[in-house]
Amino acid sequence: MTEQILLDPTAEIAPVARPRIARPASLAGLRFGLLDINKMRGDEFLDRIDELLAARGHTVKRYKKARFSVIAPSELKQEIRAECDVVIEGLAD
Amino acid sequence: MSNSSKLIAVVKRDCPTCVLVLPVLHDIERRGHSLEVHVEDDPSFAAGLSTVHDASDLGVSYRLDVHAVPTVIRLEEGREAARAVGWNRDEWRALTGIADLGADLPAFRPGCGSRTQEPGMRSRLKVRFGNTGLAARRVSLPESADAAEACFDRGWTDGLPVVPPTEERVLDMLDGTTRSPQDVVGLVPPNNVPCTVEKVAINAVMAGCKPEYMPVVLTAIEAALAPECGLHAILATTNAVAPVVMVNGPIARAVGMNSKGNVFGQGNRANAAIGRALQLVVRNVGGGRPGEIDRAVFGNPGKYTFCFAEDEEDDDWESFAASRGFAPAASTVTVFPGDGVTPIVDHMSRTPEDLCRSYVGCLRAVYNAGQVVSVSAFLVVGREHFIVFRDAGWSKQRVWDHLMENTTIPVRDIVSGRAGAFGLSPEEQADPDRPIRKFARGNFNIIRAGGHAGKYSAIISSIGSNDALVPVTREIRP
Repeated sequence: MTEQILLDPTAEIAPVARPRIARPASLAGLRFGLLDINKMRGDEFLDRIDELLAARGHTVKRYKKARFSVIAPSELKQEIRAECDVVIEGLAD
Repeated sequence: MSNSSKLIAVVKRDCPTCVLVLPVLHDIERRGHSLEVHVEDDPSFAAGLSTVHDASDLGVSYRLDVHAVPTVIRLEEGREAARAVGWNRDEWRALTGIADLGADLPAFRPGCGSRTQEPGMRSRLKVRFGNTGLAARRVSLPESADAAEACFDRGWTDGLPVVPPTEERVLDMLDGTTRSPQDVVGLVPPNNVPCTVEKVAINAVMAGCKPEYMPVVLTAIEAALAPECGLHAILATTNAVAPVVMVNGPIARAVGMNSKGNVFGQGNRANAAIGRALQLVVRNVGGGRPGEIDRAVFGNPGKYTFCFAEDEEDDDWESFAASRGFAPAASTVTVFPGDGVTPIVDHMSRTPEDLCRSYVGCLRAVYNAGQVVSVSAFLVVGREHFIVFRDAGWSKQRVWDHLMENTTIPVRDIVSGRAGAFGLSPEEQADPDRPIRKFARGNFNIIRAGGHAGKYSAIISSIGSNDALVPVTREIRP
């Protein structure tokens, strides 16, 4: 496969790999979203996470994708972005 | 020719002169010379010759610096000893040592351009086969990636798509300047990072510049980096200002900048891309980003790009550059802070005095009718207003003097805090009727621009003081 090469327009003081979004310093007061991608037994995992978060007094909302093999529709992503600060999803069975 | 000699011919089918000399190449080979033929387009063109290479990747042409075809080179001991370009019977005979070569052909036929001369090919070949001399870090993307999206993902854009900065495009951009790619233009705030000509070229590509804009872009960046311009303050302030780029002189017309209708609006590539290149350098090289060092409460759309040319068509008023002592033949860039454009509408006034009355009202209101410090303005006089002044014999200086005299504000109207009116001396504060100038001398300027129909002028307002955030003008050199 032929790669494409771009020249870095920056001062090159940050690594070339894209940084992840900064992790929250504290979970206090953050809104949690649990995304079930419809992978086998993902719901069991997320149910348990839900219990643990609820026990710690966090707000949790549940979301679900129709199928794990298709990307989430924009509406779902927008809903999660508007309603949550942190998202947890179960990726594998 | 000696035994250690070898002939190399570079040809292409799409060249009538190459077609003409094809029998000559066969003749050379028949006479026992070692001949290697490289075909730039279709190797079947030279079928029947013993050593034919597909040269369509143009590597051979690039390395041999072939500009036209046919080119015939004689190598001695592997080194070039002679070269003939096009068909010149005497030259070919001397080069091959065959006295009766091409006897039935005309004496001379010019060749055709080598495929190395096709548009954009030079930089492509340099990237493929040569040493580009480019120092910037390479960011590699899979073939399937959308390069424009990759630029968004990496935070390299101002929110609008950029042209992906490939090596080829950057090399082309560097052709626009005589400066060395590794020359340092200056330290770009807020991180005070040395910015090379190459980094400017990368960001100029992204901004949509043509190579011919490079001298303007480089000079704009130099002017913006002058300490008195205060680029760090322009960037970091809570105020709305952007660095505004104004171009004077022949280069503005040469690169097609707009100084007339919709002068501050959209639609002109040079205006848009030159101003954007400066902003992308601030963002990408300097690290100046909204929400980080950039603390603007509102910002303004000029922070994408704010660049224009002064209208110099009428020489009744000297241009801004001329007023700063630059010769008419000089091309200059002036950078100053500006918030945006406030129009002054006056369809009624027919005398300079009446027009100035309208201007005064608008100028006094800039920022706050009670503010006389950290405020400056460029008054942009539209053509129909200019005609009123010109026909009445008012010079630009006279308009300036008149407005400076009439935009004063009495101390009692100046906004004061617990410590009194900021920037006023105790004596001034003690006299409520005392007139205070709205603008410091260097903070009020008059320029000409805009469309030819309509009785409008405009104000580009800004922060500013006498010794910082002042307009900086630099002459453009190639």
